[in-house]
Amino acid sequence: MAAWFKRDKGKLASSLKREIPDGVWTKCNSCSEILFHKTLEDNHQVCPKCSYHFRMSSGGYVELLLDEGSWLEHDATVKSTDPLKFKDTAAYPDRITKYTKKSGLTDAIRCFSGIMSDHKVELSVMDFAFMGGSVGSVVGEKLGRAINRAVENRCPMIVVSCSGGMRMQEGIFSLMQMAKVSAALVRLSNLPQPFISILTNPTTGGTTASFAMLGDVNISEPGALIGFAGPRVIKQTIGQDLPEGFQSAEFVLEHGFLDMIVERKELKERVGCLLGLFRGNQNAVLQ
Amino acid sequence: MKKHTLEFEKPLRELETKINELETISQSGKIGIEKEITKLRRKLNKLHRDTYANLSRWQCVQLARHPNRPYTLDYIKLITTDFVEFKGDRNFRDDKAIIAGIGRWNDQPVAIIGHQKGRGTKDNLKRNFGMSHPEGYRKALRIMKLAEKFGLPVITLIDTPGAYPGLGAEERGQASAIAENLMAMANLKVPIIAVVIGEGGSGGALALGIADRVYMLQYAIYSVISPEGCASILYRDAAQAPQAADAMKITASDLLEFGIVDGLIEEPLGGAHYDPEMAASVISKTVTDALDKLKTLNPKKRIKMRINKYMKMGQWIEN
Repeated sequence: MAAWFKRDKGKLASSLKREIPDGVWTKCNSCSEILFHKTLEDNHQVCPKCSYHFRMSSGGYVELLLDEGSWLEHDATVKSTDPLKFKDTAAYPDRITKYTKKSGLTDAIRCFSGIMSDHKVELSVMDFAFMGGSVGSVVGEKLGRAINRAVENRCPMIVVSCSGGMRMQEGIFSLMQMAKVSAALVRLSNLPQPFISILTNPTTGGTTASFAMLGDVNISEPGALIGFAGPRVIKQTIGQDLPEGFQSAEFVLEHGFLDMIVERKELKERVGCLLGLFRGNQNAVLQ
Repeated sequence: MKKHTLEFEKPLRELETKINELETISQSGKIGIEKEITKLRRKLNKLHRDTYANLSRWQCVQLARHPNRPYTLDYIKLITTDFVEFKGDRNFRDDKAIIAGIGRWNDQPVAIIGHQKGRGTKDNLKRNFGMSHPEGYRKALRIMKLAEKFGLPVITLIDTPGAYPGLGAEERGQASAIAENLMAMANLKVPIIAVVIGEGGSGGALALGIADRVYMLQYAIYSVISPEGCASILYRDAAQAPQAADAMKITASDLLEFGIVDGLIEEPLGGAHYDPEMAASVISKTVTDALDKLKTLNPKKRIKMRINKYMKMGQWIEN
């Protein structure tokens, strides 16, 4: 394999996920089954009984999607500043510190190069554990760089979204990340390299209203909440309860904004299959 | 138009009324009060300057939302000639919260697209308070593509509380519509100039806001979420919106300082609603000057510069 994926500055596989102590149990949100943590972990955080998809960490997706040991993490040292000197009930830098300690992450996204079923890919995964997966300057910058790497290396870009939207604490800088990432995608869109957008629970706000909806292929996990405005805001606006299943992945698929819903355990195989199809006879056709 | 007076505008209005009354009396022949009138005029002038020199961010928000503030159609009327409005997204319906069409801007044929708020309840229901559904953004995109085909520069006027959060909007892909506009505008071959004329409400504003040059009127605002929305989430109390406005730093001078916008367009003393003609003429000139410069670049170079401008946005540290 080419040397580009050599692990020269990335973290090791063992540090991808936080250690969870043995003997912890979780009740399934859907079928109420009591599940042993190890069982859930082995099943990529999916209930073995009813297939309810629990939220999974960014590290979990890297292990799920990339070939064992093929990954190299990028830009892990890019960190938030406090451009607005923002303070609500707590100062923004204090929140950052708190979430860094709590989640073991430096911000709400991790970006990797790696191999996925024979394809070298750029994989960026958002993480809800860091301030609700909110997008600020760091997420925008890291995504921008990842997309540029995909352009330079001529390889597919895969983004797993899990985000409540833009990060208020960075105000207008956050809003502009929607513009930034969308602009970055322009160059990739001029190449025959696919952008695969994978939406997980939840993907809302400016995240949906920018890169998450701009995939050549938009894929969601089952049952994920996907929308622009949050359900609470819509409920307030229209003054009535929302219909059953409103803004679920199934609803969004039905209305034509997703290509498919894929269960987590089949994600790697399906995306790998798509990458193979897109690679197809490209050279023969274009030359 | 029904006159609306903000709390901090009241002393000014009262003084104006008094001067007007005295002038009427003076014209009817009574002598000796001209001196008094001149004195009051000077006082009014000073009060005006003092009030507007020290506006709080929340007062800016109120000015940006002032019911008498000129809207997109007002500026189109004041600035352009031969304006022809185009309707509909060729898919679902015509969204009246967004105006789109072509016309002449200082003789230069251009496409003009802007959010449109209503005046009064009935008009506001028609315009949905300037909050677009997906079909509004798709109409905007259709006209941008049309402009690209005919080599017309695009001028957008931004004035919206935000994209509409409702059932139909979600069903028809509000997020997708905004996202498509962001990417298409980044890649549009013709020059784009955006002017925030009132409220720049989050993604709904940005959907018309990717441009080679972005200007803000002096008392316009531009933010990731409304001050009320921010306050209700972070302080759990929408009444703390003034504090949220301060925390988010959403005024034209804030954004100019951050390097997010390219210029601030000064408004007449008292705000654009005091003298819409004057406001329009300054906007007209600023846009025309910018357009003259942008027109000299070739499209590829212009797109590259536009993309690079956005790629640089944000603040982070690396160590």
